[in-house]
Parts: sequence; C-alpha cells; structure tokens
Amino acid sequence: MRHLLDFQGWTRPEVENLLDTARVMAEVLERPVKKVPALQGFTVATVFFEPSTRTRISFELAARRMSADVVSFAAQASSLQKGESYKDTLLTLEAMGIDAYIIRADSAGVPHQATRWVKGVVVNGGDGRRAHPTQALLDAYTLLEALGTLEGKKIAIVGDILHSRVARSNVELLPLLGAEVWVAGPPTLLPQTLPGARLTPHLEEALAEADAVMVLRLQKERMEAGLIHLQDYIAHYQVTEERLRKAKPNAPLLHPGPMNRDIELEGTLADSERSLVNRQVRNGQAVRMAVLYHLLVGKER
Amino acid sequence: MLLIQNVKLVDALGERGPVDVLIGEGRILSLNGGKAETVMDGRGLYLVPGFVDLHAHLREPGQEVKEELSTGLLAAVRGGYTDIVSMPNTTPPVDTPEAVRALRKKAQALGLARLHPAAALTQGQEGKTLTEIGLLQEAKAALLTDDGHTNEDAGILAAGLLQASAFGLPVAVHAEDASLRRGGVMNDGPLADLLGLPGNPPEAEAARIARDLEVLRYALRRSPKRPHLHIQHLSTRRGLELLREAKRAGLPVTAEATPHHLTLTQESLRSFDPLFKVAPPLRTPEDVEALIEGLLDGTLDAIATDHAPHTQAEKEMDLLRAPFGIPSLEVAFPLLYTELHLKRGFPLRRLVELFTDGPRRILGHKPLHLEEGAEASLVLLDPRERPVDPKAFASKARFSPWAGWVLGGWPVLTLVEGRVVHQALE
Ligand SMILES: [Zn+2]
Repeated sequence: MRHLLDFQGWTRPEVENLLDTARVMAEVLERPVKKVPALQGFTVATVFFEPSTRTRISFELAARRMSADVVSFAAQASSLQKGESYKDTLLTLEAMGIDAYIIRADSAGVPHQATRWVKGVVVNGGDGRRAHPTQALLDAYTLLEALGTLEGKKIAIVGDILHSRVARSNVELLPLLGAEVWVAGPPTLLPQTLPGARLTPHLEEALAEADAVMVLRLQKERMEAGLIHLQDYIAHYQVTEERLRKAKPNAPLLHPGPMNRDIELEGTLADSERSLVNRQVRNGQAVRMAVLYHLLVGKER
Repeated sequence: MLLIQNVKLVDALGERGPVDVLIGEGRILSLNGGKAETVMDGRGLYLVPGFVDLHAHLREPGQEVKEELSTGLLAAVRGGYTDIVSMPNTTPPVDTPEAVRALRKKAQALGLARLHPAAALTQGQEGKTLTEIGLLQEAKAALLTDDGHTNEDAGILAAGLLQASAFGLPVAVHAEDASLRRGGVMNDGPLADLLGLPGNPPEAEAARIARDLEVLRYALRRSPKRPHLHIQHLSTRRGLELLREAKRAGLPVTAEATPHHLTLTQESLRSFDPLFKVAPPLRTPEDVEALIEGLLDGTLDAIATDHAPHTQAEKEMDLLRAPFGIPSLEVAFPLLYTELHLKRGFPLRRLVELFTDGPRRILGHKPLHLEEGAEASLVLLDPRERPVDPKAFASKARFSPWAGWVLGGWPVLTLVEGRVVHQALE
C-alpha cells in the first residue's frame, strides 16, 4: 500500500497481512525493551489540524518503538484562519524531509488532498466524518482477539453513526473480514445508506444475538444543533446491562474513547469484565506500528 | 468597415449561410458582402449574436484579489460575452444607485463587455429592508437579487416583487432553504454519506422554489403590473418539475442553469477537491438529464455562468472551509457546444438562443438577430478543438474543473457595437 486513507478498494488478504504484522508488533510490546530498529532513518510527522492527544501519542509511540524520528505539528485553528493553509503547512514539512505524515483534520478528505501535495506516505489519523482507519484496524484486531474469527459474527455499532468516522471505517473494514455489521442510532444521527451495514433506529434489533457491541461517543454538539434530546437518547439508545442481555452472553463491549459515562454507556459496564477498552488502546499501538512498517519498508500490497 | 466572408450564421431563428457579413457604424450593414478595409476569412466559422451572462461575480468592489472589473470583463469578451450582469454580493454590497452608477461608469471606461450591474433586493443583502428600488432602476440596475443569501423572509421577498414590478425589474432568487441546507457542502445522499461530507439536500432547493412560487402568486394577485421572478442556477429535477408546472399555469417566472450543473456531477467530489465545491451543489446524473430536458423544452430560459472566482489558496483549503464557486466565463460556450451539441446532438440554434435571446428577454432587452441593420454585438466561433488551459485565463481565477478537457467552439472574435474587444484569429 502507498497510503492509508480508508478501506475503499482493500482486499481481505491485504487486511489479514497487516493484522499479522500487528501481531508481531504486539509481541515486541511485551518485551522488556520495547524497541526495534525497523524504521531507523525514517522521519514520521504527526500533523494534527484537530487536537487529539490520545491518538497522537499512540502514533508517536508506535513510530518511536520502531526507532523512527518523530516530529509533531499541532496546528491551531487560529493559524489556519490567519491564512496559512493545510497545503502550506504540509509543504513546509515536506521541505524538512518527512517520510510519513499522520494527518488528522476536522474536514473529510484532507489526507486525500495531502497525497496530491506531498511525496511522503500519508496515514489518515481521522478526517472529519470520513474515516479513522487505524481505529478500525485496532477494533478489528481486538475483536479477533476476543472472538477468534469475525466470519459470520454480528457486530453492532451504536450511537451517532452519521457523524462518526469510526463507524464509517468499521463498516468498511469488518465486512471484509466476514462480519455482519449492524448500526443503530436515532434517525437524525443515521446516514441514508452505508454500504456494508444494516441500519436500524431500534437499538434492540441491532443488539439481538450480537457477538460484540461497539458504543460510540455522543458529542454535545448534536444536542446543541437540536438533533437529539439528551434524555431521549439515554432512554432509547444508552447501552445498559439490561439491554445487553439481548446480545450473545458476555458479548464484548468496545468504545473508541473518550467515554461519556452514563450517557452512551451505563457507567458500570465501562469497568466490567466485558469491556475491551483498555485492550483497544494497547492494540492501537501495535496496529499503528504495523501500518507504519508496511507503508515505509513493507513491499506488500 | 469589416467584412467577414463565407461565414455561417446561427441565432435563435436558425442556421444559415455561408454569407459575407459587412459590418460598419456599429451595425450589420449587409449579408451580401461589400467593400471594407478589413477582410476576414470566415470559412468554417460561425457568427452568432453576442452572449449575455445573467450571473457573474466580478468581485469589485472589495474583493479585487479574486477578480476585478478589468479582468472579469476581459474574461467575458474572451468567452464571447458582450453583456454581463454582475452580482451585488461585493464588499460592500451594491445596494445603492450610486454604487450601480459607479460600476457602470468604470466598466464603460474599460470598453470591454457592457456591464449591467444587478443591485441587492435588500439593504446589505440582509433580507430585512428593501433597497431604493425605483432609484436603482433609474440608475439602470439590471435586476434585483440577494444572491448568495437566500431570502428567508417571505414577506420581504413579496414586498420586493411588488415594488420591483412597478419599475419593470426582475427579482432573481438563490432558491435554497438555508435551514434544510445547514452546513451542506455537496449533494445530500448515499455518496455524501459514504464520503462523510455534510449534505445539501435537493429538497432544500425544491422547498424554496415551491415557497417562492406561492410568494409570486401573491405578488401577481396584488400588483397592477406583472412581477417577474427569476430563479438562479436551478440544479435539481424536482425544482425543474415545480418550475414547469408553474410556467404551465402561466406564472411570470423564468430560470437559468449553469455550465457546471450541466456537465459535472456529485461524483467529482470523490476526489475531495474543493474545485468542485459550489452552491447549489453538483447533483446526480438524473438531475443533469432533467436540466438538459428543461433547456430543450423551454422550461429553462437561459444558461448563466455563476462565474465565481476565488484565489487559488482558498480553493486549496479543505472542503468545509473552501469557498463555493467555479470560474467559467471563458469556457462556458465551448463547454456546452462540445458536451451538449457535438456529443449529444443538442440543437445549435437552441444552444445559441440560451446564451443570447434567452437572457436578453429576461432583462427586457430586444432580441438580437443576424440581419441587416442589427446591432453589431457579435461573436465569431471556431469549431476547432483545443484543451482548456486555465493558466491562460484572463480571469484571476486560473483554475478550472474542466482543465484539460478538449473543447471546440472557441470565441475568436468578439465585437461590441462593431468594436473589436477580443481577437484571437490566427
Ligand atoms: Zn447563488
């Protein structure tokens, strides 16, 4: 692969190959000295036009654990308002000899645009509502750890699907691995269609016999925009112990974080046995190491 | 005196010739040749009446970094336009008779295309208080519009239609329901969902057209003179259906379509290139087919460019922040000549009419036909093909969604009242 923008056009062997590498990287992370020389001499830049400390640290640690040099650029919205464009910023970095750019932005397509401007490889670190491919990869990895296979498994994604890049990337990726994906949310927060997913406004329908449940963060902005009333959301879409009984026994629970306890998810569930949230964070590093490795030195794809 | 020999003629009346056209004293003196100092070989070329654009953003005053009269009007004559209606959403907006007069004066001094400034319908284009409509008409404002803003207050639009009807001015509307459109940057639907881009639904256009037609009915009932509602840059099949019904019912309504809505679709947004970001957004192939049908059956009255220049840097921002708009004065005719006439057999006579008499009728100007005594505001077109090269644009906006498209029908000579304002003959 040349860049990682989303999963349009990807094949199952390509995904499996990447996840195999992630398994090797996970082993590295188990060692007392969590460092390999794989990316020595490469420079990786995290370019975050939208702040996200968690994702940035995960990427930066992933790069450092493979001995890459890392620079981080956090653009404030204000500097963009002053007329400095995304393009100018990237061209400045390009002049400094960057090999890989991890780009995050609040507008869909910025990483796609970046591939037209820079010679280095581009990793989408989350763009608007469009995609968050490394999040989907770490979700898939975590689900495979828990379920063994995704073939024929029913995965329910619950919440604000319309505005969620995490949902879009999972809906592209999980079916590639054989999963059946259901998305559930209030009609104001559902897209018209999402190829690869079954859509429903009824949480129970998505949860019924689900093998795993992924809960999305509900953003305050949606309430402010008048798209949903908070109490109505909690009453009908909060994932609770009680509602989870519809799913398969002990179906694992995922959340991309950060969580709004007792809004999208019953607080006690977040700390329960079935929550894989900490596994997700940990696997995130291994998956991101695998992505950087494939893009910078791997010949596959 | 200028003689163009062996040239084919096309106007709203049809195609004829070849003939030898003698031009002098600002008029067509003869279609049977004569003596002239300058003689041109018109073999293989078409002579048509000068084009009229109902909808160009020339950005002066206030945004000269994007475009100014000198560049915009030069772009116009290079595109075969002899007459241009400029939109009033400048900084400040053109909402006073003085502003209209100042623009006309400056344009006259440039001696390129003739400028017919549109004025704002409401002060500051804020949609709250009507402008001095009678005085604007005396200053020769071409029409009234808050284009770019969407006239949320139906009562003000009704008052504007009533007041404008007394002075014979059309009221042009950007028909989009802003609350349904919200932050949409592309056509709403499955593709917007897939691309994760906020959608602007076709229903936002249809809902507003439906409302505006009711407002027009009200104005028609209340005014002793016939009001005239003009719908700008119509983009949807449903909007077109509403317009067709209204015309059948005899409502005094006209409408325009743009070159981009006729040749591009929402598929372009797959590139995430803000070059294709425009309002109303590029729609589906079905909408494009409906618009072409509407041009053929007379539901649509004119092709207007909505020429909307921006700086390169602005168009290289992300899709949420980049401004809406496509520059098109220099390619509009070749584009539609090639894509509609050559590729789809769209009648040339009708295409020319949509660039000439169609907009002229909307402005209340007399039709212009190629006959002895007619005003010599004319364009010579070369059917030979060449690629679109935005770097060679006269417009300050030197980018184009059609860059590299190979087109024929390029204007090689533009005359305004017999004066050569553009010459690209080899
Ligand atoms: Zn408009």
